[in-house]
Amino acid sequence: MTTTSEKLLNIENLVLHFKTSGGSVQAVDGVDFELGTNRAVVILGESGCGKTSLSKALLRLLPRNVDKYSGKVFLQNQDVMLLNDEEYRQNVRWVGISLVPQAAMNALNPVLKVGDQVAEPAMIHLGLSKAEAYGLVYKMFQHVGVPADFVARYPFELSGGMRQRVALAMALVTSPSLIVLDEPTSALDLLTQANIMNVLKRIKHELGTSFILITHDIATSSELADEVAIMYAGQIVENGDAKDFFPAPLHPYSQMLMASVPRLRSDSDPMFITGQPPSLMNPPAGCRFAARCPFRFEKCSQEPPVFQKGNRKVKCWLYQ
Amino acid sequence: MNADMITELRKGNNMTVEIKESRETLLSIRDLHVWYELRRFGFGRAGYVKAVDNVSFELAEGETVAVVGESGCGKSSLMKTILGLNIPTSGEVVFDGKNLAQLKASELRDYRFEIGYVQQDPYGALPPFMTVQQILEEPLIISGVKNKEERLERIRKAMDEVKLHPSDDFLPKFPHMLSGGQQQRIVIARAMILQPRLIVADEPVSMLDASVRVEILKLMRALQEKYHLSVIYITHDLSTVKYFSARIFVMYAGNLIEKADTRQLLDNPLHPYTTALLAATSDPDAHNADSYKEVPPGEPPSLANPPKGCRFHPRCSKIINGLCDEKEPVEFEPVPEHFVACWLYQPK
Ligand SMILES: Nc1ncnc2c1ncn2[C@@H]1O[C@H](COP(=O)(O)OP(=O)(O)OP(=O)(O)O)[C@@H](O)[C@H]1O
Ligand SMILES: Nc1ncnc2c1ncn2[C@@H]1O[C@H](COP(=O)(O)OP(=O)(O)OP(=O)(O)O)[C@@H](O)[C@H]1O
Ligand code: SF4
Ligand code: SF4
Ligand SMILES: [Mg+2]
Ligand SMILES: [Mg+2]
Repeated sequence: MTTTSEKLLNIENLVLHFKTSGGSVQAVDGVDFELGTNRAVVILGESGCGKTSLSKALLRLLPRNVDKYSGKVFLQNQDVMLLNDEEYRQNVRWVGISLVPQAAMNALNPVLKVGDQVAEPAMIHLGLSKAEAYGLVYKMFQHVGVPADFVARYPFELSGGMRQRVALAMALVTSPSLIVLDEPTSALDLLTQANIMNVLKRIKHELGTSFILITHDIATSSELADEVAIMYAGQIVENGDAKDFFPAPLHPYSQMLMASVPRLRSDSDPMFITGQPPSLMNPPAGCRFAARCPFRFEKCSQEPPVFQKGNRKVKCWLYQ
Repeated sequence: MNADMITELRKGNNMTVEIKESRETLLSIRDLHVWYELRRFGFGRAGYVKAVDNVSFELAEGETVAVVGESGCGKSSLMKTILGLNIPTSGEVVFDGKNLAQLKASELRDYRFEIGYVQQDPYGALPPFMTVQQILEEPLIISGVKNKEERLERIRKAMDEVKLHPSDDFLPKFPHMLSGGQQQRIVIARAMILQPRLIVADEPVSMLDASVRVEILKLMRALQEKYHLSVIYITHDLSTVKYFSARIFVMYAGNLIEKADTRQLLDNPLHPYTTALLAATSDPDAHNADSYKEVPPGEPPSLANPPKGCRFHPRCSKIINGLCDEKEPVEFEPVPEHFVACWLYQPK
């Protein structure tokens, strides 16, 4: 429903495969989705389905053993995949898209004051002096709820929740229009998680930032989601508005995944999905979910295309 | 049609826990304190980390309870003390009428065979250089099962119980060759193999994916019912508790602050901290994104220097000034069998 002009991000057929001694790992295998300005999409999927790899592909943070990296990534209508590494570093990473990596709160530099760490990207990528950068640091600390005097502290002097807020402040300090968050709350306590989700909501509201929230925590993800994309074995199998998705997921995998979530406020009996996701080394031909799908039929031995159902997308033959 | 299929898949797998008639007490914890000494070098007096403070409860034969609380509140310290791995600073652990402190070394060893421990973090729980067979054989050898055939027999049975078949395929494998869910089944099989009467499960599913989590919880439930085991289930996830435990104990900063039947506690939480935990627990719902959550300010206190009076008072919106910040609350029972350590419930 977003018109082209307010479309912030458009990903087409993004592919990232890794070379290993056993063969090529197809961690991201033809991912498409788009995101509007000031919107949040959550990417949900089980461990190993390729979520972190997708964030790496998006930010071009590639390991050495890349086997294949291709596709189109339009950021504000510019295909950033066409930029060379230097142009990408200068124009896209940090200033366009920031990443809060998985376990970021444990990746802060232990021997640097957190204020200096947050100031650094503003100095490097915005060309600010240290004093100017610190002006932004204080502003960001306020947005994420870190007391101003914490700038002089070292990471070990902060709780996990506070360190996670610092990591978030660091991603924000360059005013990117999009922030990619990889499992931002999964290592945190319940009340801290709820606090961080509040902070993200407030930033979205106050700064107009867009988010890609990558997680396997379905319940918590609904705190921020405008849109949902379900990832399975390297591919997006369903994508649509959160208000449509949560009450009635379409793809059989989405349905079973949602049914596996224990709920506090209902007595529905959670179920589980038998079997395991396929290996990404040699994914089966046809629908990758077929081996675990109770609805599979003859057609499913061919790879399903993405079908449009209303304003939702689903990669399953049931919706032909 | 899809909904029908899912209903079909759910059949025969109902998880709601019925509360059974009370039975023989298996475990009783009385005024337990577990304090770790803080060592300071140079000058200064050593203090204590009061990880478990003034905890009492009873657990019946075949009963399941959940201990719920945030990181660092003392859950693992409590469990390790029950397992006999920590020595209580004061108070008693009485198992089957025997006081742990009075057991001889050999008796303590036998005692440990009566408890199966499913520890936090399945990935760290299994020794990486041992095969599944070696992992499961070890407790049998230690407990004195001399006959190799008998050991293999019991290993196969345990693997059958946790639905790892064909067992011969798994026996020669190393942990890294197994999925997270399979590794956790091995951990459970190891906990079950000496036929314990009590299982202590410390966050048994928190590292697993949602789809596998429920499977493991159901498996543990089935074993609990089949063998009439007592289970202490430690978790920070309130949404899984009702599927597994008849009672809930809520722990905050070393204290058990609320104890009640699961249904009662979820429907009528009394302690302000419990209320906050429940409010912070999300169910997947797109409308969650429309509003902010109410969360108590601040963070749990340091256990080396907990706040005076009620340990929750610096964060509590219902604080009674002059009382809560001065006097540690005692346990009240405003509803029969529903205990809460909070001054709000002091009878007038
Ligand atoms: N550099 C690499 N070389 C080879 N394989 C890799 C590499 N990085 C990731 N993989 C593999 O790619 C797959 C996807 O990994 P990824 O980390 O993207 O999953 P994820 O969805 O983020 O999982 P989690 O929820 O556990 O974080 C996995 O099978 C992983 O082992
Ligand atoms: N051996 C020890 N010596 C000193 N302090 C300890 C020791 N073990 C635990 N503690 C401290 O005691 C407190 C309670 O720890 P415990 O591991 O029991 O918490 P927990 O509730 O299990 O936390 P989590 O949910 O993170 O596992 C913490 O402050 C911890 O740092
Ligand atoms: S394409 Fe076929 S196998 Fe795949 S999810 Fe749809 S029905 Fe199931
Ligand atoms: S005792 Fe007082 S401070 Fe503690 S939880 Fe109750 S009302 Fe709040
Ligand atoms: Mg990841
Ligand atoms: Mg613990």
